[in-house]
Amino acid sequence: MRRTLAILLRNPLSLLGLVLVGIVVLSALLADFITPFPAHAGAVVDFANFNKAPEWPYIMGTDLVGRDLFTRIVYAYRISLILGVVVLALAVPVGVAIGLLAGYLGGWTEYLLMRLTDVFLSIPPLVLAMSMMGVLEPTLTNGMIAVTAMWWPWYTRLVYNLARSEKEEGYVLAAEIIGASRLHVMFREILPNCVPSIVTKMTLDLGFVILIASSLSFLGLGVQPPTPDLGSMVADGAKYLPDSWWLTVFPGLAILVAVFGFNLVGDALREVLGAEQ
Amino acid sequence: MTAPTLLIRDLRLGFRGYSGLVEVLHGISLHIARGERVALVGESGSGKSVTARIVLGLLQNLKSARISGRIDFEGRDLSRLPERERRALRGTRMSMIFQDPTSSLNPVYTIATQFHEVLKRAAPGLDLVEARRRAVVALADVAIGEPERVLDSYSFQLSGGMNQRVMIAMALANEPSLLIADEPGTALDVTVQAQTLGLMRDLVDKHGTSVLFISHNLGVVREFADRVYVIYKGRIAEQGPTAALFEDPRHPYTRALLSAVPRITGGGIPEIEDASESYFAPLVVHEGFGEPEGVAR
Repeated sequence: MRRTLAILLRNPLSLLGLVLVGIVVLSALLADFITPFPAHAGAVVDFANFNKAPEWPYIMGTDLVGRDLFTRIVYAYRISLILGVVVLALAVPVGVAIGLLAGYLGGWTEYLLMRLTDVFLSIPPLVLAMSMMGVLEPTLTNGMIAVTAMWWPWYTRLVYNLARSEKEEGYVLAAEIIGASRLHVMFREILPNCVPSIVTKMTLDLGFVILIASSLSFLGLGVQPPTPDLGSMVADGAKYLPDSWWLTVFPGLAILVAVFGFNLVGDALREVLGAEQ
Repeated sequence: MTAPTLLIRDLRLGFRGYSGLVEVLHGISLHIARGERVALVGESGSGKSVTARIVLGLLQNLKSARISGRIDFEGRDLSRLPERERRALRGTRMSMIFQDPTSSLNPVYTIATQFHEVLKRAAPGLDLVEARRRAVVALADVAIGEPERVLDSYSFQLSGGMNQRVMIAMALANEPSLLIADEPGTALDVTVQAQTLGLMRDLVDKHGTSVLFISHNLGVVREFADRVYVIYKGRIAEQGPTAALFEDPRHPYTRALLSAVPRITGGGIPEIEDASESYFAPLVVHEGFGEPEGVAR
């Protein structure tokens, strides 16, 4: 663990990734203290200062009802991160458990579980999430459910393939011979050997989940106003391009920073943990 | 007369595939007395390893496998034992050592943790401290000088020879009555292989463990085994005491097998017939070394 961190700090790209992720996470955590107008995260109207270009104290300008954009972006990070973490916390255990069962047990279990996974994978992810959001009410909770529903099959596929190859390893046979139960073999022998790959994918996915959530709210199906959300901020501002450029450019850059940061860290982790195996 | 540790009678195995039943074992019989070291020798695909897996009960759950015949372990018919009891025998009364020791150890756990796991099979509820104490003793038995350091290591931090010793120590930790060694150390270089085999022989002598030694390496078999069964394409070709069988091989296949070993003194790679009708000649039994009669049905 410490060694992994040391390697990440040495490489300039992964260091940049760590810095970007650090900025995103810290600003989300400390949003109440670092933003000049915390109240602007909610339903506030200040027509005296509406649609202002970046100038002090509005370093990223104000939106169409006079709210500070910087404040809203920082609070949007908080919501995106919560969404990302919750989605992964739900999707990963489900996907991993199904993948392990299918990969290790084989036979009918494998057939049923993997065909079910294929059904989910055959629908384009955004379409699946959009149709779910269309049926459900567009709220943060439902957004999480929709994104989770499209996310777990990827972990099933990953772990399924890992389990299929780990199952042939000598230590699995050795465990079976000393009479270990199937649950023990799956969760105590095979799973720990899959963890590096799972963690790497989770890091990469955090960025993608933020991107998908933004796409949904860009289409008006995600988080609803007045809750700040990067995707809907870009969508609202797009009508006023190029004059009020700050309305889209800053939220867009914010998405870029978060996704880029998580991707850099994920790629670096893949290299480091992959090399260890 | 006490029951032999392992008694196999007319064991047949087939796999049902798309093209019908493929027969792998055509009725093999063998026995291992208490404390005896018996080798099962044959080429790849002759059915050595599947025999071991059937004894351990690993093939019985496979849907495509068709198994018949009788396997008695310490006088008990394995096929009549419920699954739970068969599972209880594995890792306690019988254990196994594999070709490649390094891959047989899980890379994410230390040796100490895996030792604990093995010892818990025979003594559930055994704590880590006591397990560690017993592991140190077991590792000292296989001539590991720094047991504490080895216990805190992961398998990939140890050499192949060291891992092999760890595997032997683990396999014998619960004092099994039968040890199955499936081409042990084939993945190691020859000097290390010789050392660990010597260790293993001393240990099984000390504990009175019976060994089913599966190998294609005749030199190793000659040094290690008391008796030899030569297996060819799922049939036993010849059986007898090691010395007699090597001095006086009577079955055509045994002769071919013995002449196939390249000499260290040179003379080129020996030429032998690929598959001869004579290899299917009936079983040759050296006098006085047949299968015991009068097995209770």
